[in-house]
Amino acid sequence: MLAHHLSEAAVSVELETEGMTLNIGPQHPSTHGVLRLVATIDGERATDVRPVIGYMHRGYEKLAEVRTYPQITTIVNRIDWVSGFANEVPFIVAAERLMGVEAPPRAQWIRLVLTEMARISSHLVFMASYPLELGAATPLFFALRERERVLDLLESVTGGRFHPNFNRIGGVKPVYAAGPVTKKAGMDIPAAFLAETRDAMDKVESTCEEIENLVAGNEVFLARTKGVGVIPVEKAASYGVSGPNLRASGCGFDLRKTSDYLPYDGFDFDIPTGENGDCWDRWWVRLEEIRQSARIIRQAIDGIPSGPLQAKVPRIIKVPAGETYVRAENPKGEMGYHLVSLGGLGPYRLKIRSASFSNLSILPWILQGALVPDFIAIMGSIDFVLGDVDR
Amino acid sequence: MTGLVPMTGLVFWAELGIKMAVAAAAVPAIGMVIGYAEMKLSAHMQSRVGPYFAGGRYGWAQLIADGVKFIQKEDIIPAEADRPVFKWAPALVMLGTMALLVVIPLHPSRYGMVRDLDVGIFYALAVSSVSTIGVLMAGWSSANKYSMIGGLRAAGQLIAYELPLVLATVGVVIQAGTMSMQGIVQAQVAQSWPFMLTQFVGLAIFMTAALAELTRLPFDMPIAESELVMGYVTEYSGFRFLFFFLAEFANMFSMSAIAVTLFLGGYGFWGIPTDTLLSPLIVFAKVGILVFIMIWLRWTLPRFREDQLQTLAWKWLIPISIVNIIVTAVLKVVV
Repeated sequence: MLAHHLSEAAVSVELETEGMTLNIGPQHPSTHGVLRLVATIDGERATDVRPVIGYMHRGYEKLAEVRTYPQITTIVNRIDWVSGFANEVPFIVAAERLMGVEAPPRAQWIRLVLTEMARISSHLVFMASYPLELGAATPLFFALRERERVLDLLESVTGGRFHPNFNRIGGVKPVYAAGPVTKKAGMDIPAAFLAETRDAMDKVESTCEEIENLVAGNEVFLARTKGVGVIPVEKAASYGVSGPNLRASGCGFDLRKTSDYLPYDGFDFDIPTGENGDCWDRWWVRLEEIRQSARIIRQAIDGIPSGPLQAKVPRIIKVPAGETYVRAENPKGEMGYHLVSLGGLGPYRLKIRSASFSNLSILPWILQGALVPDFIAIMGSIDFVLGDVDR
Repeated sequence: MTGLVPMTGLVFWAELGIKMAVAAAAVPAIGMVIGYAEMKLSAHMQSRVGPYFAGGRYGWAQLIADGVKFIQKEDIIPAEADRPVFKWAPALVMLGTMALLVVIPLHPSRYGMVRDLDVGIFYALAVSSVSTIGVLMAGWSSANKYSMIGGLRAAGQLIAYELPLVLATVGVVIQAGTMSMQGIVQAQVAQSWPFMLTQFVGLAIFMTAALAELTRLPFDMPIAESELVMGYVTEYSGFRFLFFFLAEFANMFSMSAIAVTLFLGGYGFWGIPTDTLLSPLIVFAKVGILVFIMIWLRWTLPRFREDQLQTLAWKWLIPISIVNIIVTAVLKVVV
């Protein structure tokens, strides 16, 4: 057959090859959990990729309907567990808005500091896992060591490393600053927290240097990321990609600048944007965001207002009927809560717009025609958490 | 075969048996030493402690404990696997590894190496590819798509990197005028400087290609745990997995030992007579340096992509090594 073809010069001698269906996941080292990709590959090149999600669906939107408002924070901080604190804030703000309550300034600033810490820890996980996906194991330890510092601080205030459950409607959880003080007035964040945070931010910044030196100058890393998985900004916008992934494509959209869920407006910080929208830019934008978050935290602890941690709220929290939508800039992208209340103890409906779900939707488009090794590079650079995808 | 005295019957077989036993015992011993070194070195590069408790101090017995653990594990063979091929693949990998140890000279005497072949380097490069057949068998017979991609990648890698590996040694062979491993070392001892000084290009290409042959980072695409789970060893467990594991470390040793023989002067060292018992130690020390570099690269570099690997081989290493051969040959004639 082949010989016959060869004899005719005009006929292409390309071999007929059948595509192979490769199931990547739901159990696979680099899908960050239980994502499944059904890929049709021709040699090393993917001709068709279909993500299958839902292996981790925990029904949080439904669960929220049968819980009271204070109970829901324990659910929402498990959505994107790498930055649990950042998930709580927009939900609490949504409930507060419907109730017409506003948290006191000190509580809002504490929320802001801890949200930025959650951002740092989330991005440090990315700094750890991304080189690992490209085969370099060592940066993992440097990044995770630093994340531990940040998590320790989070723990010192909230009592939890991953799931702080620290936000309360009308403020934050009262913490006894020094010993068992029973009066509300003695309640504050731990006394050493601000000084320790300042130290930790120094260390975080030097770690950023370290990671940059380790990874950014590496020829192999550059060869694996530059020009790989380019997302043009229009494509990113049309798929609803948000957060660092959108900014890496060159769009400087950041809800911290435009929304008022936290008092970001007196703060001086930059929004890093990439140029090409490739894996390298997505890596670089996140590294830069760690630095910017450290900058925000410094400013916040320098100017943190004094005062109570809790506004006056009724003992039994009932949210008046109404609906609201609060969007927030989470480490993974835009997080939104559409809260509908009929005036009961719990929400009538809570729609969660999670960042990773929308970010992941671009995978079939961007993995089309990619090589198998680039699969991993691109998937890793999108930086999703399966809990945030499936909810 | 300068050192080979004609032998008959029993003496020949007795000596052969002893040498083979030594070579067979060397593989796990080397595997454990290098495996332990890799664990400890990687730990210190990553601000960890590494093995600590096994054996009382510094976790020296960690690899022994691991070995015992592997032997205790159930030997799982997938239902769909091609059983004989699946079973023999680790053995073949091990065979290639052990066969490579035959031609490594540790001492100038007749007992300094298993067999001083006239075509020593040719033999070494030939048997070093036997392991890859084992890898391909493992990948094919596992009835696992990841394994198969891993095996095919290994085959592609072998074809690409066998050439620079062979071509890199040609310069040395031209300079030494012999293919015998002992002869090459003796040539370097006689001129009192290693071929590394003139064949540095060859050394660099040889070590790069050796890393690719060993499927170690930055060329570990056949395993690539973030892409292919564990590549061709995905379905292996227990003792068969241990075979792959030991073969990798033993291969690191033998590839480095061949590089030492060809480029670093083997057992020769300035001021030390070659026929003492220090000779093997000198070889081990030099091998240690090269193995350290391999481990160092393993824990600092990300992985190349398959096409980048092929580009590196065909567009860079092979042309450079051919130029190296031409320059060496011309200089050999002119100088």
